[in-house]
Amino acid sequence: MKQKTIAVVGAAETTEMGKIPDTSQLMLHADAALNAMKDAGLTAKDIDGIATAGDSPVEVAHYLGITPTWVDGTSVGGCSFMLHVRHAAAAINEGLCNTVLITHAESGRSRVGARRFSRDPASQSGQFEVPFGITSPPTMFTIPALRYMKQYGVTEEDLAHVAVVQREWAAQNPRASFRDPITVDDVLNSKMIAWPFRMLMCCLVTDGGGALILTSAERAKDFPQKPVYILGTGESCETPMISQMEDFTSSKAFRVSGKKAFGEAGIKHADVDHLMIYDAFAHLPVYGLEDLGFCDKGEGAAFIRDGHTRPGGRLPLNTNGGGLSYMHSGMYGMYALQESVRQMRGIAPAQVPNAKISIAHGVGGMFAASGTIVFSNEAP
Amino acid sequence: MADYNRPLPTATPETRHFWEGTQNGELRLQRCTACKESYFPPRPFCPVCGSRAVEVYKASGKATLYSYVINHRPRPDFGTEPHSIAVVTLAEGPRMMTNIVDCPQTPEALALDMPLEVTFEKASDEISLPKFRPAKKA
Ligand SMILES: [Zn+2]
Repeated sequence: MKQKTIAVVGAAETTEMGKIPDTSQLMLHADAALNAMKDAGLTAKDIDGIATAGDSPVEVAHYLGITPTWVDGTSVGGCSFMLHVRHAAAAINEGLCNTVLITHAESGRSRVGARRFSRDPASQSGQFEVPFGITSPPTMFTIPALRYMKQYGVTEEDLAHVAVVQREWAAQNPRASFRDPITVDDVLNSKMIAWPFRMLMCCLVTDGGGALILTSAERAKDFPQKPVYILGTGESCETPMISQMEDFTSSKAFRVSGKKAFGEAGIKHADVDHLMIYDAFAHLPVYGLEDLGFCDKGEGAAFIRDGHTRPGGRLPLNTNGGGLSYMHSGMYGMYALQESVRQMRGIAPAQVPNAKISIAHGVGGMFAASGTIVFSNEAP
Repeated sequence: MADYNRPLPTATPETRHFWEGTQNGELRLQRCTACKESYFPPRPFCPVCGSRAVEVYKASGKATLYSYVINHRPRPDFGTEPHSIAVVTLAEGPRMMTNIVDCPQTPEALALDMPLEVTFEKASDEISLPKFRPAKKA
């Protein structure tokens, strides 16, 4: 990517979040998009690039009345929106379009007009994983964790700490689904889902969506909101089957994507003021901290347990409460991006004082793919 | 087997040898004749060097337990008790998903790195699934 030439000029989530039984998934896309266009002072006529995942960008573009000259339907799971940001930056730099709208929506809880989750029995996963009882993320994404725990002496209490700390952040966020404080014991006494994972170590299932609008940094100064610049981006993918992940203690996709984003941005870890790591389950922030290089291997859980990521800590992490406490409609990457943008605009409910650089790091599928975006609120 | 109502695999031309193997009580892997790498899942070329010169062979059936969860979410087709969903490392190198059977489905009974051996569970006339059980002590 060419350096420091793109900015986010519109960002919004759906008007409501949580349970939205009276709205279809398609309308959730539109609701988020209309809110983001209002935020940017634009209408559909001003948008000439469209991207979404899961649902078709054709469907979203037509529903909103957008005639794009650039279309991206990259759909690699919950981090797809990080990849869209990366692709959009390249497209705008190349002159393929000027103003890109990226949307996510999922009626994850109410399932109004939502896609069905199914795997073809002739697919690789359908042949070599599904027959053994995997059904959904709680029985797939969790499988590597025990190997990690044994290798590094990490305990169930350590995993519980991740959920406890994120609830501390959620308590400051009026839009968070769960805001009441929890203890390690609360987490360890919550319902067993797939040992060693308890209910409070697993993400929520909610309805909602979000949208971003990107344009060139040059144009960004003319928009109503404070521009949030993109310093660097990364993406990668590894395997469609969790069983075929090369190393159960580390994500190759995380490492490749993170390294690329840091390299493009030309920043050091000490420069990062705020961090979002897609937390579908409690072990994800631990893998993320290590694979992005914030912690040495095996030290991510202790880093969280020791309080470095909690309110007041030196590396504020998942400040909206994360997928564990804020919301998770199915493809959470969009909400991580939204929180990074809020932090860079200085308007987050749990604002990190004077934050200048924020990273949003996403996972797609079950360690299948990854995308990383480095943001800054300082003009390049 | 008559009441087997779990999802079953559908073989493709590239995986048929594997499912024919399990039906005949054999765990079949593939190996590159150029670089000697064993690999899984099946495909008619080597994922390491790209060579199409590959062969099917009968694996030892020995493995060790790499990682797992014990599912407590309702899966009526898997019975009423919690059950393991595991990934094992085959003696030949590749990893595969399976269930650990013939032992209690508890953290105490399922120790990482424990030695395992393959056993085949007949699910239909066409499909037998490779499962793993604690290795018998020699
Ligand atoms: Zn080879």
